[in-house]
Amino acid sequence: MSELPTTAVAADLAEPPRRGRGTAVFVLRTLGGGLMSIGLIVVLGFLLFRVLPGDPVTTMTRNRPGNPEQLARLRAEFGLDRPLPAQFVDYLADLARGDLGTSYVYSRPVTEIILGRLGPTVLLTGSALIVSVVLGLWLGSRAAWRHGSVFDRLATGTALVLWSVPTFWLGLLALMVFAVGLDLFPTGGMTSPGGVDGFLPAVLDVAHHLVLPCLTMVAVVYAQYLMVMRSSLLEEMSADYLTTARAKGLREDLVRRRHAVPNALLPTVTIIFLHVGLVVAGAVTVETVFSWPGLGLLTYQALAVPDIPLLQGTLIVLSVAVVLMNVLADLGYRLLDPRVRAS
Amino acid sequence: MTAAVVRRRRRAAAARAARAYLAQPPGVAGAVLLLVVLLLALAAPLVVPPDQLSVVAATGGVLDPPSLEPSSTAFPLGTDENGLSVLALTLTGTRISLLVGVAATVLSVVIGTVVGMAAAHFGGWLSAVLLRLTDFFLVLPSLVLAIVLSTVLERGVLTIIVAIGVTAWPSTARLVRAQTLTIEARPFIERAQVLGGGHLHVLGRHVLPAVLPLVLASTTLAVGSAIVAESTLAFLGLGDPTTVSWGGMLKSALDSGAITAGAWWYVLPPGLAIVLVVLGFTLVGRALEVVANPALAARR
Repeated sequence: MSELPTTAVAADLAEPPRRGRGTAVFVLRTLGGGLMSIGLIVVLGFLLFRVLPGDPVTTMTRNRPGNPEQLARLRAEFGLDRPLPAQFVDYLADLARGDLGTSYVYSRPVTEIILGRLGPTVLLTGSALIVSVVLGLWLGSRAAWRHGSVFDRLATGTALVLWSVPTFWLGLLALMVFAVGLDLFPTGGMTSPGGVDGFLPAVLDVAHHLVLPCLTMVAVVYAQYLMVMRSSLLEEMSADYLTTARAKGLREDLVRRRHAVPNALLPTVTIIFLHVGLVVAGAVTVETVFSWPGLGLLTYQALAVPDIPLLQGTLIVLSVAVVLMNVLADLGYRLLDPRVRAS
Repeated sequence: MTAAVVRRRRRAAAARAARAYLAQPPGVAGAVLLLVVLLLALAAPLVVPPDQLSVVAATGGVLDPPSLEPSSTAFPLGTDENGLSVLALTLTGTRISLLVGVAATVLSVVIGTVVGMAAAHFGGWLSAVLLRLTDFFLVLPSLVLAIVLSTVLERGVLTIIVAIGVTAWPSTARLVRAQTLTIEARPFIERAQVLGGGHLHVLGRHVLPAVLPLVLASTTLAVGSAIVAESTLAFLGLGDPTTVSWGGMLKSALDSGAITAGAWWYVLPPGLAIVLVVLGFTLVGRALEVVANPALAARR
């Protein structure tokens, strides 16, 4: 839900950063920034649910009028009868203990439910991310190298169209064609009902269920990696060092792989991590369409009720995960970029 | 400089921009596409009589209870699970998509431009705080945030607009900040300041006009994303239940078993409509980007 990364944004993000500062200072700054972001998420999680709508009980009982006694009991249960600052302190204390409250629907601790759903989401988004990055970077660098060719126009055109496709609709189509129509893949879930015996058959069973949701996510996500890689490689195309490399008699293929691509990769990697939130967003709709038992489906189930503690938990966990990945990317960027390392 | 000269120069600049735009076939195609969509959206209430959208007055679906019906002469794109014409529903859905897409983008662009210009212009702790906040919201999974906002606020079109608008501004803020920094480094800004121009004068009369072309291009691209976001929220059941929307139609399709029934006529039209509209905005936005920043043309 963010626009196609344009070259202007890419140029802004790639402003040659942090030259001449010590590594320790840089690491501390990055970690400090990450901590601050996590602090903001925690505050946001409190404000969104307790201040904006009045209080969670208002949200939960909006469509079913309850009697005043019930409402008061619910408010007491959530600790909403106490003053707001006291509630905030309680909330912080609970969070520090890893307690995200109790789900309204499941009557189990939110932390426990979320931990149980983490694996499938990591599996789905992880595999989709790897495939999209490899596919996007490869196609993007080829398209840029043969700028203006039929291949370039075909690759960019496809990427632009796929970028315009809502993930959930692509999922519905895939479901209708490959699962219902051709009966090649299961229509949903992560494992076959009843289960399968043996380790290898079980792995294959999960892989079989993974194909459609994973490809649906890849189709929408790889397009932006392609566009970013293509535009940052195009910026390198007229650089003098490429002329030098060619003059040395290097094969065209090696000039691209050894000289141009590594330089173009840096801004691309930043943008990939910056937009990890987009992949998480994709997980919500893809998991909903394919009933993949992860955090995305959990979010969908929680918003339908609405199960406020559960929704708050998924918001916090997903946001913190995305922030952590960006901190890692910032630190990794320093290792990757020789210009930053040397200074 | 006389007013006549200024006018003549402005006209020449506008003509130059128009030529630069028309030189890009994809941009022209996108503009034509959007024009057609806009006309359809405006004409929808005239073409689609209200009783075609009322479940009670549904004429399709000969079975009792009414059910999905493939395409026929009466219903060129078949009917939905309530016996309503899919063609009529899709046409009507254009209105809410365009409305929410444009309104949410305007909201996010206004926030983004103000934050971006302030972050670049004022410097000091205000700039540091704004930049920190922008980066924070840039990284957050905005759809999840929009989901939470539309869950806790009252259901309705306005909520959807706000939920998308307040989560989509950071990339505009980034873009505007970078552009403002470039412009404020130029001598004419210093001249304006030396002549006694205050913050508002410098930002309003000098920086904003220079930033606007690029903002316009990025706005057009953002409308596409906002439309996808709107349909996604509607698909998740967070839309206004009283208005027909493409995302809402696809949710009904999934819920009513149209997928397993193979009712392609119910699933294809709303999705294709989203793709066409978003593609239109993307093509126009990319063409405008080149007009605003001709250096990009070589890289397209």
